[in-house]
Amino acid sequence: MRGVRIKDHWKEQRLFEQRALFASAVGAILLLLLAGRLVLLQVVRYEYYSQQSQYNRVRIEPIPAARGLLLDRNGEMLAGGQPGYQLELVREEVPDLDATLKGLVGIGLLTSEELPDIRRTVLSRRSFDSVPIRLRMTDEDVGRFAVHRFDFPGVDIKSRQTRWYPNGALAVHALGYVSALSASDLQRVDPAAYAGTSVIGKLGVEAAYEKRLHGTNGYREILVNAEGRSVEKIGSVTPQLRIQAPVSGDNLILGLDLSVQKVAEDALGDHRGAVVALDPSTGDIIALVSKPGFDPTEFARGITRKEYAALANDTDKPLLNRALRGTYPSGSTIKPAIGLVALTDHVITADRKVLCNGTFQLPHSAHVYRADKSEPRGLLDMPEAISRSSDVYFYKLATEMGIDRLDEGLAPFGYGQLTGIDISGEKAGVLPSPAWKRTVFRHPADQVWFPGETVNLGIGQGYLLVTPLQVAHIVGVIAERGKSFRPRLVIGSRSPDGRVSMLPPVEEKPVTGISQEDWTTVINAMIGTTTCNHYCGTASAAFAKSAYTAGGKTGTAQVYTVAQNAKYNAKTVAENLRDHAWFVAFAPAEAPRIAVAVLAENAGFGAGTAAPIARKVLDSYLLGPDGKLKSFAVPTPESRAALEVAPAPSSAQGPAVEPDTSNEPPAGEPPAGSQ
Amino acid sequence: MIREEVTDGPSARRAVTGAARMLLALKLDGPLLVGLGLIAAYGLVVLYSASGQSLGTVVRQIGHLGMGTAAMLLLAQVNPNFLRRLSPWLYLLGVLLLFVVAAMGVIGKGAQRWLDLGVLRFQPSEIMKLAVPMMCAWYLHERPLPPSPLSLVLLTALIMVPAGLVVIQPDLGTGALIAIGGVLVVVMAGLQASIILGLIALAGIGGWVGWHFLHDYQRQRIFTFMNPQTDPLGAGYHIIQSQIAIGSGGVFGKGWMNGSQAQLDYLPESSTDFIFAVIGEEFGMLGLFILLLLYAFVVGRAIYLSTQTQDTYARLLAGSLALTFFVYVFINAGMVSGLLPVVGVPLPLISYGGTSMVTLLAGFGILMAMYSHRKLVGS
Repeated sequence: MRGVRIKDHWKEQRLFEQRALFASAVGAILLLLLAGRLVLLQVVRYEYYSQQSQYNRVRIEPIPAARGLLLDRNGEMLAGGQPGYQLELVREEVPDLDATLKGLVGIGLLTSEELPDIRRTVLSRRSFDSVPIRLRMTDEDVGRFAVHRFDFPGVDIKSRQTRWYPNGALAVHALGYVSALSASDLQRVDPAAYAGTSVIGKLGVEAAYEKRLHGTNGYREILVNAEGRSVEKIGSVTPQLRIQAPVSGDNLILGLDLSVQKVAEDALGDHRGAVVALDPSTGDIIALVSKPGFDPTEFARGITRKEYAALANDTDKPLLNRALRGTYPSGSTIKPAIGLVALTDHVITADRKVLCNGTFQLPHSAHVYRADKSEPRGLLDMPEAISRSSDVYFYKLATEMGIDRLDEGLAPFGYGQLTGIDISGEKAGVLPSPAWKRTVFRHPADQVWFPGETVNLGIGQGYLLVTPLQVAHIVGVIAERGKSFRPRLVIGSRSPDGRVSMLPPVEEKPVTGISQEDWTTVINAMIGTTTCNHYCGTASAAFAKSAYTAGGKTGTAQVYTVAQNAKYNAKTVAENLRDHAWFVAFAPAEAPRIAVAVLAENAGFGAGTAAPIARKVLDSYLLGPDGKLKSFAVPTPESRAALEVAPAPSSAQGPAVEPDTSNEPPAGEPPAGSQ
Repeated sequence: MIREEVTDGPSARRAVTGAARMLLALKLDGPLLVGLGLIAAYGLVVLYSASGQSLGTVVRQIGHLGMGTAAMLLLAQVNPNFLRRLSPWLYLLGVLLLFVVAAMGVIGKGAQRWLDLGVLRFQPSEIMKLAVPMMCAWYLHERPLPPSPLSLVLLTALIMVPAGLVVIQPDLGTGALIAIGGVLVVVMAGLQASIILGLIALAGIGGWVGWHFLHDYQRQRIFTFMNPQTDPLGAGYHIIQSQIAIGSGGVFGKGWMNGSQAQLDYLPESSTDFIFAVIGEEFGMLGLFILLLLYAFVVGRAIYLSTQTQDTYARLLAGSLALTFFVYVFINAGMVSGLLPVVGVPLPLISYGGTSMVTLLAGFGILMAMYSHRKLVGS
């Protein structure tokens, strides 16, 4: 045999038969097991299951979790819950869905044009889910339904928490809004987890933190009769009913300061535009304004098609979040960054004087780059060129540096890049470069980088586009001498039992390679913008008699190119083609607590419109009630305790309630409220 | 060769003899055919009720049965030797198609099970339900049994590659069924008991490790299976409702079309994966026992046929097909009655659907071919 096995057909046949017998035996045992299970279900537990399946049965009713609150940094409520009435429908209890919906149109509770949407939403939920079909019900609607209630089995009025924004449109572009859960939303979320939930976050913090705000729904079993109405017991049987309490969503603490936000919105007034203020040492957003806005409560209660169309078609675009998604030329606000890059690359020294006479021409070119009539003239060094915003100085500087060096130096500050803010929709803007032009333009003739485009970039014009959020972030980076923190709206959370946990700031890649001396030069030049020393900076009027030193920079972004030899005249240019006004600032200059960017669309000069707005924002954040600079210490147990107390929703005095000392006061310290 | 029949007259005997001759000519097996026919008929009656008295559904299901029967008839005519030589090619084609599907899934960024041929959409994983046992039987055909250790390593690869490709689709249930079809061939080939026990131990450890690789929804299924009460609104809903349906049916059932769970839509997927519960509710324990006996008869007959075949390939393939059919029945019935976790396996020949119907009946066609084409030497 030599180790080779030979096939023994007779033996193999026997082996197979053995196995077949064995397999049959195993199969028989499994069948017996199955039969045993059936006996258990159908004989032993017959009574139990029979009861459950009676046409009168236990229905599982979801209990929606309370949506988490949104609080500002001082514990003031930004979004909360408010009870309201809504009409809900359980499909399996409705004899004829279409007839029922038509009947509801007949008594004026629904409109016929929304029927297809409602139908689709109802059919996308499971047959035993109670689906809201009408959110915003007035007392009159409730009364009208009550009269016809018995014509509509399976339809009932439910009292549910609706989202309430106590400050109306305030900070709507940061907070976002919630709206009725639609069929398309249900494809993104787990329908079981959202059974009983009627709204879902759209935009802003409401959408970005949907998972945490939503919480976990509970359920209770209720006895219902054949029409789906709740009953006490079935005949003589009172079955054991189970209940599982919902777990509320997390209450989120935002970096926003309600009072600063209010000041910023009022200061921007009727201008279209945006204000972004943040703490440069953490990235926490203190105020985020985009105007015009809208009232998010409309969405939470149920917005009608007509109301939505009015918002969507408004030429002022109230739904557009200008702070994150509005892209504008940066104007002169880019000059401090260019100055830093030039100093670091030794293209120029801070004290070298450059002759500026109001115009600039590239060699071998007839095109004349004009500066405004307010342009400083004469021999200017860099600090003066920044403080007084000389265009000609930066035309010359940019030309000398060349586009590659400019791009390489500006990118680390964050131009052309997403800041990574914790809500979605942000735009990256554009930091133009020859490579960028080659990818964007199709026609070879358009792909060439012209020297004139480098000149434009020197004063933040041309293809360069930035968002107000990006600009605020970049000013913060300069204020912090290169340290960079990712901007964020949510800075912590307060669990339903009152425990506060704060998130650590997210540090990003810093801007490196710039000497402390050069930082000081440019920061001092920005301080020069808001003060008068040997000369007055462009925003010195707006910052007259300020209680702190602020660094700043004005900017004016052209929307409209003035023809050669023509003059820009605000009065003759259509309103929507007028220049955008920019102002950026940080303060106190020696230890920055806040950086701000203001953009007012078509408002003309930055110094005239935008700088006073920034001043108001800085004042409201930095100054105490006595008009003096507040001290900014590390969070004290007191300030944390203030957050740990639920603010009374209607009270105006906010967190000044006696803190609940049961919430784990720090060991060894007296309870916060006891002094 | 013709079985004795109890008849009461010469004309009846002639008729029976005539039918038997025809079956013989068609290479079919009478008892097996009768068993399958009874199950399918039972299924149509239940489906009419489970689908909410939808005659259209029943007609479409008859269409599926027709397609399956055609596939069975066709395959029963094929010479087993030809089928054996075809095995590796069919297997390679199937694996290739699975790779295509996987690649399309990567491109389409989502779960991908179907291959769209324009006129025809099909799941290559269905082919593998037959091709994997065929391949394993082909491999073992020439080799002495029980298989050598080296053969076992190769067989493992032959089974795991297609099963793995299906699992990552992701379709855990079908992947497991494909693997079972292959493993049963190896077990029937005489895999040593010590290895079987060792593998069961390994599977225990593997299961513990594999747990970490499961998708959340797959883990959730297992959690809910352990305790369906924890999630009555979500994953536990199916199990709770199907147990209520079965349990409330009692011994005799609530009567045809009178099952409140099924008729009032409390029971999800009542026409497909959970149709076993409809039978339990409407026809009671008696109805389920009759069904299980029918299945037991079919499986028993199929195993008997497999022992009567004459070469290794035929024996192993027929044995595996018979046992796989039983596994399907047990998994579905076990899942619906709460013995096993919820995996998407239809009840053979009864659940509404064309794909599994065609695959199953095609398998029986092969099984019958294995038996009816044997050479009658020295009988």
